[in-house]
Amino acid sequence: MNNPRALAINIIFLLIPIVISLIFAALLVGAVGRDPLEVVDALWKGAFKDSRKLGGVVNFWIPLTLVSIGLVVTFRAGLWNIGVEGQMMMGAIFASWGAQFIPLGENLAPLLQLLLIAIAALGGMFWGFVVGVLKIRLGVNEIFGGVALNALVNVISIYLISGPWQPRIGGSAQGTEPFPKAALLPEFSNTFPVNIFMIALVFAAFAIVLLMLNGTRWGLNLKAVGVNMRSALLLGVAIERTSMSAFLACGALAGIAGSYRVLFTFDNLRPLASGGIGFLGLLVVLLLSIRLLWVPLITFAFAAILTGSTRLQIAPSLKLDSSLAGVLQGTLVLAVILFQGVHEVFFPNTLSEEDAES
Amino acid sequence: MEIELRRIEKHFGPVHANRDISVTFHEGRIVGILGENGAGKSTLMKILSGFQPADSGEILIDGRTIDYTGPTAAIANGIGMLQQDPLDVGAFTVLENFIYGGGDGITLQRKQAEAALRELTARFGFELDPYQPIDNLLIAERQQLEIIRLLALGVKTLILDEPTTGISAEQKLILFQALRRLAHDEGMIILLVSHKLEDVIDLCDEVMVLRAGLLIGDMQMPSADENLTSAVIADVKQALVTMMFGEELEAQSRGEIEMGSPVLEVEQLVVHDLRLDMQPISMTARAGEVIGLAGLGGSGQELFMRACARLQRVTGGALRFNGGNALSLSYRQLFHRGCIFGAAGRLEEGLIAGLTLTEHTALVADDNLRIDWKDMQKRTISRIDQYRVKGRATDQIEQLSGGNQQRVLMGLLPDNPKLLILEQPTRGLDVDSARWIWTQLLERCQQGTAIIFNSSDLEELVTYSDRIFVFYVGSVYEVPDANDTSIDELGFLIGGEFARA
Ligand SMILES: Nc1ncnc2c1ncn2[C@@H]1O[C@H](COP(=O)(O)OP(=O)(O)OP(=O)(O)O)[C@@H](O)[C@H]1O
Ligand SMILES: [Mg+2]
Repeated sequence: MNNPRALAINIIFLLIPIVISLIFAALLVGAVGRDPLEVVDALWKGAFKDSRKLGGVVNFWIPLTLVSIGLVVTFRAGLWNIGVEGQMMMGAIFASWGAQFIPLGENLAPLLQLLLIAIAALGGMFWGFVVGVLKIRLGVNEIFGGVALNALVNVISIYLISGPWQPRIGGSAQGTEPFPKAALLPEFSNTFPVNIFMIALVFAAFAIVLLMLNGTRWGLNLKAVGVNMRSALLLGVAIERTSMSAFLACGALAGIAGSYRVLFTFDNLRPLASGGIGFLGLLVVLLLSIRLLWVPLITFAFAAILTGSTRLQIAPSLKLDSSLAGVLQGTLVLAVILFQGVHEVFFPNTLSEEDAES
Repeated sequence: MEIELRRIEKHFGPVHANRDISVTFHEGRIVGILGENGAGKSTLMKILSGFQPADSGEILIDGRTIDYTGPTAAIANGIGMLQQDPLDVGAFTVLENFIYGGGDGITLQRKQAEAALRELTARFGFELDPYQPIDNLLIAERQQLEIIRLLALGVKTLILDEPTTGISAEQKLILFQALRRLAHDEGMIILLVSHKLEDVIDLCDEVMVLRAGLLIGDMQMPSADENLTSAVIADVKQALVTMMFGEELEAQSRGEIEMGSPVLEVEQLVVHDLRLDMQPISMTARAGEVIGLAGLGGSGQELFMRACARLQRVTGGALRFNGGNALSLSYRQLFHRGCIFGAAGRLEEGLIAGLTLTEHTALVADDNLRIDWKDMQKRTISRIDQYRVKGRATDQIEQLSGGNQQRVLMGLLPDNPKLLILEQPTRGLDVDSARWIWTQLLERCQQGTAIIFNSSDLEELVTYSDRIFVFYVGSVYEVPDANDTSIDELGFLIGGEFARA
């Protein structure tokens, strides 16, 4: 975006939906007789009161940012990778398998953890590969394929938890037995419970994908395939390989995000361990109309609102359910879609998918 | 109705597309709009039809200034335009398109709409099945539908931007007859943008010529009652060319090119198609040879070319490229072995809207993972120079004029392919550019490239082909030596009258 007017309009259209959904949430809060400012205060405290709280935000931010970066890749190739949620879950399952069965002891813990993350990436790629094969070889739309595979992986996880991997005593559908300590990612400190390596990994993934999208043949191929597959084919682009690579890249990142959920956020495999983070990532990418540069920032805002909302229940004067955050999100989705339409109709010339050149 | 344009100005960034254009169009006249690629013809027509606003200037209808905001408003004022590249409308049927495209003017009643549609098609000798999906229509049929739709909306001025590229001689005859009736009997104004000078001379009453955004002249065309001998036509053509390019163009003919070994061998190839009963086809293209495919649009030549490039299913026969079995290869594998397919669709098929010229260069450049954008920019600029593209490396491809897009497409072809399969390689190019493209192509033939191309321009086929294959509803007739045929004879052949040849 070399045109400042276009940039300004793009930013305005990024902010409008956020402001509108905040106003809507405030009105809602006011309607049930609470003070919106107090809600904001509670949200703020819930997210940033101390370093422990901040740690909670970061722990949400890590997997969310990973999947969002992956989704930018699939969106660039013109693909709606709804299956990202299942790819996360498959990553979690693969990591859980390794955590239980790879015989590496306490003294080799870092190696084991690296291995688990890698296995999880493979798991996510595997599930992404299946969506890709369905789409490319059999012509199954990736949205339908993704939804089906999401459901399938959930069934698989429940089967594992209540079957082969059930705890020895008191087996239920709640989750597997806690993994050995060597498999769990370490906390930075008691007061700031996050995993530093993963944070570094997120930034590395961000930088690599940003560079790849804008500076490599692969990134250009993705864009070409995303805009016009027939033309890309005639210009000699390997369109099938390109689409598949997008699914694989996104799957790998989602898989890693899944491993973080079971190896850090939790300490075992549970049903729905991915926690809707993949779907939230879709929303983030939709909100940004695939501008990668903004992803880490917006995911951080989302993570803060969601983490902060847990305090709404606890705050004595509020007693609001934390699902208010869900309402906020829902309004945001609608507002985003609405204003994207407005943007396209009234300012078509300012639409841009570019980020890095600016 | 009389339309007057006053002092129309239009800029696109640094490009001055229309400069101070003032002109009046009178009732009952067919006016040709001529000019080299990028001269500003489409821009002016889009301004007149409300698709884009002028920077300054006025449009007057019957002396009254009008100020309209979009195509719908222009149509309400009686001005409708057929775009240069027909828009995609997907799965609608002809009738549905007619109804929904009709705005408020047409009743939503299916029966009445169908009756109106049938009445209009019959009146102009068009043949449109109301229940055909639009996707199945040929370009010519889409045009017919669009014309009828605009007429039903009460349009009194019809603008056609290069309507004869990609339609057959017969369809052109039908179209021209309809246009003559509309202008001469019903008093409409017809504006025709075209690069085909024969068409313009044949159809138009007068022409106006644009060059680099300026209106540089107009000229009366000989009327149809006059005795239009080929000598007269040639004279008028020469005069038009001189006006458009500021100089005369020498007649082009191709030199002898020595032919090498077979590049593509087609044996009893059966192309799969649901609509057309394709007969088995055999042909051999040798290095340096130019093979022209003639035929009405949709006679099987497009399918055959796609089959040769492995873009269309084949159900029988053999296909060898460079001696190896090509049926076991994908298009991409053929591409990497030097068999390149160039589609006629430009923005739908071939170029990628939203990507800049530099990005296009990078896309077809070597397979290095890292893209050296500086280098790509340099290469693009030198290509722009070489192919005399009016545009900048940072322009997105859809910002270029139609003819300039075509030049970019040709410029993206690799330097030494073994075989080029080209759909209408000079579609939308002005006379000068078309010659120039052929000079480039023939140079490649000298290096041993074989070319298979199709065209609706019979002169192009006769001038540049070594051999011509005529397609007629799925059967093929070979003209073994293109020197032995004439444009007239070819005209009979594509109509299926093989016996007269
Ligand atoms: N949307 C646009 N943005 C930028 N430049 C444009 C745009 N539309 C047209 N131009 C430029 O304006 C000039 C005139 O273009 P126009 O399409 O009117 O040419 P034309 O006479 O129709 O040419 P052709 O015969 O090739 O169709 C060209 O240099 C073109 O690159
Ligand atoms: Mg044009």
